[in-house]
Amino acid sequence: MSAAEEVVAEGHEAVEAVPKRAMTLSTTTSLVVLAVLLIVPLFAKNFIIFQLTMLLIYGLAVLALNILTGGSGQFSLGQSAFYAVGAYVTAVLMEQFNVNYALTLPVAGVICFGFGFLFGQPALRLSGVYLALATFALATAMPQLLKLNFLEHWTGGVQGLVVTKPDAPFGLPMGQDMWLYYFTLVVTLAIYIFSVNLLRSRSGRAFMAIRDNEIAASSMGVNVALYKTLAFGVSAGITGVAGGLSAIAVQFVAPDSYTITLAISLFLGMVVGGVGWLPGSFVGAAFIIFVPNMAESISKGLSGAVFGVLLFLVIFLVPHGARQVAIVSQQLIGKLKKN
Amino acid sequence: MELFTNQVLAGIATGAIYACMALAVVMIYQAIDHLNFAQGEMAMFATFISWQLMQWGVPYWAAFVITLAFAFVGGIAIERILFKPLAKAPILTNVAGFIALFAIINSSAGLIWDFTIKQYPTPFGSSPFLGSQLISTHQAGMIGVTLLLLVGLFFFFQYTRIGLAMRAAASLPESARLVGINTSWMIALGWGMASAIGAIAGMLIAPVVFLEPNMMGGVLIYGFAAAVLGGLSSPFGAVVGGFLVGIFENLAGTYIPGVGNELKLPIALALIISVLVVKPAGLFGRHIVKRV
Repeated sequence: MSAAEEVVAEGHEAVEAVPKRAMTLSTTTSLVVLAVLLIVPLFAKNFIIFQLTMLLIYGLAVLALNILTGGSGQFSLGQSAFYAVGAYVTAVLMEQFNVNYALTLPVAGVICFGFGFLFGQPALRLSGVYLALATFALATAMPQLLKLNFLEHWTGGVQGLVVTKPDAPFGLPMGQDMWLYYFTLVVTLAIYIFSVNLLRSRSGRAFMAIRDNEIAASSMGVNVALYKTLAFGVSAGITGVAGGLSAIAVQFVAPDSYTITLAISLFLGMVVGGVGWLPGSFVGAAFIIFVPNMAESISKGLSGAVFGVLLFLVIFLVPHGARQVAIVSQQLIGKLKKN
Repeated sequence: MELFTNQVLAGIATGAIYACMALAVVMIYQAIDHLNFAQGEMAMFATFISWQLMQWGVPYWAAFVITLAFAFVGGIAIERILFKPLAKAPILTNVAGFIALFAIINSSAGLIWDFTIKQYPTPFGSSPFLGSQLISTHQAGMIGVTLLLLVGLFFFFQYTRIGLAMRAAASLPESARLVGINTSWMIALGWGMASAIGAIAGMLIAPVVFLEPNMMGGVLIYGFAAAVLGGLSSPFGAVVGGFLVGIFENLAGTYIPGVGNELKLPIALALIISVLVVKPAGLFGRHIVKRV
């Protein structure tokens, strides 16, 4: 291979190739994490439980982006739009049509799946920065679209909608926050298992083949157009469910909660957690929830700068995100076991 | 018909702003193959420096030159300190770095100069240009400077040794290194030049949008859009793209019913995307052929 070819080959790799085995945690670790997630709320205050709920919700949204970017190699700055659609579907169904909150989530997921699948069609022609711009346009347009006059009857226009928080069913002795936490945990768990299995399946292999080399994938018989739009659809669907959950948890939806800033946060969460490593999504979610607050408490006037410096520290120390930390610690444990 | 020509003229005037910014965007894209999200904030910071100099009594053109030098050195410093160590990191990590830089510059400028809106002087005056109410002399001056920059860049890249070296480093770094070009410093030089061009854009835009830490937010989005529309590999395309986006935006605001100021941006972006769907490398961009 000549030097020129080598450069072309390495220069345009937008997303690293992550082998699918390295995309998840081992069973033991997963069970430990799950146990911690189950037990912690029993000993925490309501506000902390709420923050943990938000962590799971943002984690889901980051996971969705991770499937799209880490899985199929497509880039999106438009996740906030799908999140908004999910949140609005849930809010409108709950408040205007009195649908049970648990039933609104699958509806939000299916509608967002369709929306993402359709959006994936024109996006097929675009890649790299061009795709970033297209999805970015979607994200900037969404708050304006939600404010449109003829939708105001359902969406409540600029004011948004207030959503009632559900009580624990069957007379279970727990507060609303705690019930919502466990409800979110169950949904998150289901989607996480679905995602892991999806990436291990035939479709997941197709995603990864497209990510690693589109031309080679198509010559191997992968229907590139179908799987690329499918990845968009699945990602949008999961983001929609996350949006729906957030509408219930925050008890409020308004167009300006879903600006491009949200999409950028989700993107940062993915990078910090490690692109293509699903458990990292939740580490990334923790970063985008807690680090801005931390920055605020260090210095009010310079909170943006402090956040930027912290972000730089993370990407300097661990450019591959939480995945790198996980791999290094795994190796350390392996060494200790041998000794 | 008169309404149409007027709107086109007004579009060209706003387009000059976007063209300026798009040039800076293309410049950095040529050097490092990424869009720099912090570009607008770097330009904003440089503009604040020039404003501060003028507050201290430095005349406009002296402040202009000092700011350019500062922006050039600053751009190189940012590359050397922050982004050179990240050169081997994944692309998405680099993008996160740009976002971090954005937050740092924006918040520091807010702390140093606070968030109140400030007047910024123009060297061209703001009387009507050639008797037209739609274009002021400042806007005409801006168009002139943009075109001058474009011609200057063309000669720099086509006819100077260092311009040739930069092009070589951008297109085939490996081979460029073999013929003795210091590719790493060429990237730094690209950052410096992009930062200086951004500073020029900032100083020209500030009289129109007024000076404040968030002044570049909207402009940068249009600048990106213009650069992508024109083709990221072509400075000429970027300038044409800038003017086209300005015209699109004005015509959409005038002729499509129900489009207020709020929907202008989404519509302009939607139009650009439809162009890109037909011509994925932009209007004047080179199509990159990839080998398996």
